[in-house]
Formats: sequence, structure tokens, C-alpha cells
Amino acid sequence: MATRKLIINGKEVEADESITLLQACEQAGAEIPRFCYHERLSVAGNCRMCLVEWVGAPKPQPSCALQVKDIFPNKDGTPAKINTNSPVARKAREGVMEFLLINHPLDCPICDQGGECDLQDQALYYGRANFHRFVENKRAVEDKYMGPLIKTIMTRCIQCTRCVRFATEVAGVPDLGATGRGEDMEITTYLEKAFASELSGNVVDLCPVGALTSKPYAFNARPWELRKTLSIDVMDAQGCNIRVDTRGPQVLRILPRTNDDVNEEWISDKTRHACDGLVRQRLDKPYVRKNGKLRPASWAEAFAAIAARVKATKPEGMAAIVGDLAAAEEIKALKDLMLSLGAANLECRQDGARIGGAPRQGYLLNTTIRGLDSADVLLLIGSNPRWEAPVLNARIRKAWLNSSLRVANIGTPYDLTYPVEQLGGADALSAIAGGTHPFANVLKNAKRPMLILGPGALARPDGAAILNVAAKIAGDTGMIGPAGTAAEGGWIGFNVLHTAASRVAALDLGFIHGRDMAGILDGAQRGEIDFVYLLGADEFDMNKLGKAFVVYQGTHGDAGAHRADVILPGAAYTEKDGLYANFEGRVQAAERATFPPGEGKEDWAILRALSEVLGRKLPYDDRDALRRAIIADAPHFAKLGEVPAHQGADLSVWTNIGKAGPIDARLPLASPIADFYLTNPIARASATMAECSRIFVGGQSRMAAE
Amino acid sequence: MSYRRLAEQQPAAFAFRPEYEPKIAREIAKYPPGRQQSAVIALLWFGQEQEGWVTRPMIEDIARRLSMPYIRVLEVATFYTMFHLAPVGRHHLQVCTTTPCWLRGSDDVVAACKKHIAPTPKTVSADGLFSWEEVECLGACVNAPMLQIGKDFYEDLDGPTTEKLLEAFRAGKPPAPGPQKPGRKSSEPEGGALTLKDPQLYKGGYSRKTGT
Repeated sequence: MATRKLIINGKEVEADESITLLQACEQAGAEIPRFCYHERLSVAGNCRMCLVEWVGAPKPQPSCALQVKDIFPNKDGTPAKINTNSPVARKAREGVMEFLLINHPLDCPICDQGGECDLQDQALYYGRANFHRFVENKRAVEDKYMGPLIKTIMTRCIQCTRCVRFATEVAGVPDLGATGRGEDMEITTYLEKAFASELSGNVVDLCPVGALTSKPYAFNARPWELRKTLSIDVMDAQGCNIRVDTRGPQVLRILPRTNDDVNEEWISDKTRHACDGLVRQRLDKPYVRKNGKLRPASWAEAFAAIAARVKATKPEGMAAIVGDLAAAEEIKALKDLMLSLGAANLECRQDGARIGGAPRQGYLLNTTIRGLDSADVLLLIGSNPRWEAPVLNARIRKAWLNSSLRVANIGTPYDLTYPVEQLGGADALSAIAGGTHPFANVLKNAKRPMLILGPGALARPDGAAILNVAAKIAGDTGMIGPAGTAAEGGWIGFNVLHTAASRVAALDLGFIHGRDMAGILDGAQRGEIDFVYLLGADEFDMNKLGKAFVVYQGTHGDAGAHRADVILPGAAYTEKDGLYANFEGRVQAAERATFPPGEGKEDWAILRALSEVLGRKLPYDDRDALRRAIIADAPHFAKLGEVPAHQGADLSVWTNIGKAGPIDARLPLASPIADFYLTNPIARASATMAECSRIFVGGQSRMAAE
Repeated sequence: MSYRRLAEQQPAAFAFRPEYEPKIAREIAKYPPGRQQSAVIALLWFGQEQEGWVTRPMIEDIARRLSMPYIRVLEVATFYTMFHLAPVGRHHLQVCTTTPCWLRGSDDVVAACKKHIAPTPKTVSADGLFSWEEVECLGACVNAPMLQIGKDFYEDLDGPTTEKLLEAFRAGKPPAPGPQKPGRKSSEPEGGALTLKDPQLYKGGYSRKTGT
């Protein structure tokens, strides 16, 4: 790594030649104001706010666009002198700020960005107080339509083009652009079309002024009124790090937190805007079905109704199903309770994915999200990552942009924002495993090949066979081995992509026992299963539960609650402290931001209370004891934020994954997600998500139906 | 300048006439594979030549030809003022009003346009034949004031000659481009050359002897 000596503000530093002067100055401890520059976007160099003085240069230099390797030493051989706070640099910044403020409206009191506005802050610290020479009229710009999530007040725009670069580079949906020029330049979509990306909300965070603000959050709160809680997203299985902003009892908005291993600093629109679903359709008191109608009841009545039924049911007639949003705590509590009752049937795979059990590598995204950056060939099988994990899809796109990742797909083709070779249906998978398909050689010759099995591949009757074949391909084509850099035991290119946030934790804790999903539903219809406990499970056809007695513990009046005989109001993900394992197996902790509405309780506490009524008292009285019990079951739950180490090089592990069998080439290999915006009870209760679905998906699904 | 928007009334479709295809192929071939977007200005120019103005279907057709997002072509079309985003007359007059032309009386030319075409710029005359706009320096200051119609310069104008010019176009008999003042050839002085008339000049009479 070549370095170069610089003297920054009188301090001699050794700067890496590959970085920009702005980064070098920051490393040297200097603060450089900026508007257009952003670490994760290309360099535009058009705001000029980052001007610094290079002693000897005729003019101040834009530090974001100047590479360290381009800064030559002085004639006498001494290192170049850079000043970030000299009179020259200060005057330059003051001038830039004066120009920026010429056309910027003075509407901070009614601007939603107020209090967290880069322009406001930098005008305070780098502008000149009470000084302006511009007496003419200010420019006014028409507001644009950018979809249901982005509110535009374009007069405030300072044309930094961060949003345009984000749309083009990260989201891969080049809908935004800058038309006109000079003073009349305008940021717009093509002819007022909505910005059709699942990541569109991120431009609101990127916008350094109040030009793009959040439409659902408009005029709701000021940043200093909000309590910020660190949390983990459950809308998909990626475990994006989020910050939940609340005022009083209500979640007002959700923002991303930076975590380079997981979500960089992006989150999907569903993560960001489904939060209004947390106050709609909520279950706020227990209900018991009497004479065919659900009636409000007390906790004691609800528990008594359950206890009466449990007593009358044989253990093998009982089943429990974990939903997609559950945290590890309640999964563990429900498992312990059901097993103590002798119930034989536990299931966490509502979609019927044929996956789980040992070894753990068989159901994880082993390459890890960070490992994806160095992959060179990627084979997608029955997956639509753009809808199953939009932030992961942006990461795949980043790998394609930065290191020419080659992506191929088996199954239904989707527009993934990067080029994908289409290899065919399930028969192509068998051909690759047999070595007869040309792509088998591509995988073999690749340095770091990887494959991703999507839920569409696993939730088929022959899912176990597909899993088995995929593991065989992984073993045969060098996807498993000590080669590579991944710190976690070498390169592992075998990956499973989940969509349910609870799935990996439930599999880790062994929430699969006895009958599988199809078996439970079949048993319920035949009358063999007559007690079903749903822990927030809504994603299957409730009519298939037959005459079974259904207990629904959850948050929203969705499918499960409508079918239930007893409803126990639980807590949503923002209302409890919880552990979540993402699809890499990374365990992360979410903190409670608000309390559940009405009589709702934290889910593990409900199960603990119920266990006492049932005479099977669970052996933990507080969350710490429960977490200790979880860690005793699955020690990796103690290592928060880490991806557990794998024994990747041990090839024998990979022969035991799935079950060899015939693969039906006629079945579709398609993502099960029909509508990105409506995949869980919280999102379905959200008015914002309904609006997004109408605008972005409505037309598509109608077209597909025709 | 002002905000540039596509016209509200847009034609339903656009297709390049066959004679443009080889030209388009030649433009695209100028750039290495994968960089064909660089031909966007040339293609927009061809489109404007054919239709008179840049239409929405044209932008979309060009974007598809060059594998670009629509918005990228719109950006180019709105950036350059040479692209007309609304219909213009069959003869579009671009009147130079930059300082040299203005000093030499471009106000009279503009007044003639206002009187005989339309009171406002970029407005098509009632007969659909003409429209006019003010432009910045077209680089023919020595023959100021001047205006451009299509690819031709009409120079040495004043109010009456502009009116005569419009009459001629209306009659379908466009005059020869160049100075409209009788007796002037291109940018030579009126009434013929005034300097460099000494025949000696052309016989080497004043040249210093070389090779001493």
C-alpha cells in the first residue's frame, strides 16, 4: 500500500495514496464540511463545500475530488501542506455557503429537516453570520412527484445530486435525474413517475437539506422530541440495524443504523415505512370465542379456556407454529412449554420450506453479507433477492459493479437491477449437478463461487432434494474449502436465503419436531390435531386448520386472529427486548422502544404466565434467566453481532444436507413473495404499505393475471 | 434561461426515416462498444432535423436505441438550448442579440419578428411557417446583425430586410444565405475590398529578399 506524506494543519501524516484528500484530512482529525460527497456514492465534486487550501496552489482545492496520489510534494521535496482551517479555506467555504444560501428559502421553521439539516448546521459553523449581498428575488422550483414515500420541496434543493447517484448506483433504478442546467437545474423523475425502488426511502436520509423528506412522517415531529432506541428489523431476515424513533407511546419513524457487515446504511422501504402498521389493527386485549363469536375477556378467562382445552387434548393432538416475526425468547419459551406438555408437533416453517436440523450450515447464508463482496460467480436458485432481501440485493449489485460479479439464475427470471444469465428451470439444476451444463465449468473455474437457494426452491414438495443437489453442487465445484479469505473458516459458497426474521433462531433452537407444516394441516383437517398454538403465524391458509382449537398469540388482527378461538395480545418487535438471528446466523439484540398497547404483554411473559396456569411452570422468571436458557441450548446466542465460525473445510458435513430424491422439473421455481409491501401482519396493517403496493405492485400483478 | 419542460401536446409515435439509419449507425460506430450512449446528442440532433423539435416518443426511441434510461436522454435534451422541446415553425429564426449585433441594430430585427411572426418568442406564427427566438452570439459579428434559419446565416440585416426575408420565405423562394445588403460578399467590406489592393503585393514586390 503506497503512502504519501502530507502536512495537514501543521501535522505530518502518512496518507494512503488510494484515498481522497477529504478522507486523509478526516484521518488527520480535521473536520471537512460537505454536501455532495458521500462515502458510499461516487464522487461528484459539485457542491464545493469541502474546499481546502493546498499551500502553493493558485486556488482552494475540492478535497473530495482530489486523490492523495495526485498531491505532489513541494519543489524542495518537503511534503505538501494542506490547511483546512486557514483564512483561505475559511473564506472559500464562506463564499460557497453564501452562494448556496442565495436561493435557499428561509423556511426552516416549517421544514421537516429542521434540527437534522446539514445545511442548517454547516451554515451555523462555516457560514458568515448576518452577511448577505443578494437582494434580488430568490428562485422558486416546482415540486415533483416521486412516489408515495418521498415528499419534495424542490425550492430547497441545493443540487448535490446525492439522490440521483443513489438511484443510479446503489438502487440500480435510474429513475432520477437532473434536467436543465445552471440555476435552472432541477432534480426530477422521468415525467413525474414514482421512484420505483424498494430502497427509495434512503434518498430522504441522503438529502442534506429538506428537499426530499419522508411523506408519511411529514409535519409529525421534531428530531429533538424523539426518543431513539437501537433495534433490529424483522421485515425480512437480513436483520438490518435500525433506530426506532418514538414520541410517547408511538413509533414515528424508523431509520437505518450503520453496520457494514449487515446493511451498510440502507434499509428497505418496508423496514422504514411499515411502522404506521404498529398502531392499526392491534390486538389490545385477550379474546375468547363464545358461541362462534370472539368476545373480549380477561387474561384469567383466556388462560382458563386454554387450560380446559389442553387438559382434554392428547399430547400428540397438539401442535405449535411459530410465525415470521417472533424473537428467540418466545420461541424458546413456547418450545419448552409445548414439550413439557408432551406436544409432539412443533413447526417454524410456515411456508413449508424443507430445511432445518443439523448441520447448521445447511440453512444459513454461510458466505456472509460481507463475504459476498469478494465473490466472483453467483448462482441464484428460485430466488428474487430484490423482494426477499432488498438490501442484500443492493449488496449483490455492489459486487457486480465493483468486482464484476457474474450472476446466473435458475428459476423464474426477475429484474434484479443487474444483468443475470438465465439458465432455465429445475432441470438446469440437475444438469449442473451432473456436470453436463456448461455453467458447471464456470463455477469450477471461479475463484470464489457461491450459490443462493431462495425460499422458492425450498418451499416445494421436492425442496429437500433441491437442497441436497445444491449442497452437492457446492461440494463439487469448489464452493467449500479452506481457500479464500472469509475469516470464518475459509470460503463457503453455499447459502440459503430466508425471508422470515424468526426462521434461523427457530431452527437454531430446534423448533421442528414431529409433523411438518403439511402434516399439521393435514392432521387438523382429519381431526387428529385438535389444538394449535399460533405464535404470530398468519402466512398460511387458515381454512386448513379444520375444527382444531386455535390459540393465536400475536399483535395484529390478521388471518390467524380471525380464525382463533383464544387471542392473546402480544408485543410487536418494537415493543420488546428480543434476540434475532439473521440469515447469516448473526444474533443481534433489539431493544424495547415502546410498550404494547392496552393489555398486551411481552410474548415470553405471556407464555411464562400461561405455563403456570397449565401447571408446567417454566423455569425462568426474568429475561436474563430465559436468555441463559437460550444460550444453554444454542451457545452462539451469547455472541451478539458475530457470525459464528463454521468448519467449512470439513466436506463430510455437506453430504448430509437435505435428502437425495427426484426433482420435478415441471414445478415452478419462483419466489413465493407475491407482493413485497404486504408480507407480514404489520405491513398489511400499514396504510403506507398499502399505498406502495397499489402504486408499485398493483399494475404488475394485474398484468401477470391477464 | 428558464425551466425547460417537454411540450404538453405530444405526438403518439416517432420513428426515424430510413435515410437517417446509416447516419445513426455511423455516429454510434464512432464510440467503443458499451459507450454508444455518447451518440445521444447526434441522435437527438437528427431527430430534431427530421421533426423540427424533440418529442417525447423521440426521446424514448433514442433511449432504447442507445440502451439508456429515458431520464438520461431527457437530461441531455433539457441541458442544451439548441434542442427545441416544443414545436417551432417550419422556418425557425434564431436572432442574435448579443452585444455586437445589438449595437448594430438587432432590436429592429427582433421588432420585425415580433410584428410579422408572433409577439412572443418560440411561438409559431398563425400560418405555421415561422417562429423566432433570441440567441446568444452565433459568431458572425462582422456581419451584424444577423439571424440563423436552419443551417443558414442571414446577415447584415435591419428591419426592412428582415421583413423582405420573411416575405421571400413565405413565397417559398428563400434568398441566398449570407449578407443581405446588396454589393457585399461574405464578410468583405461593402463595395469591394479596401485594403490589400496593391498588385505589387501579389508579385512579391514588398517581400524581403531571402537567402542573402
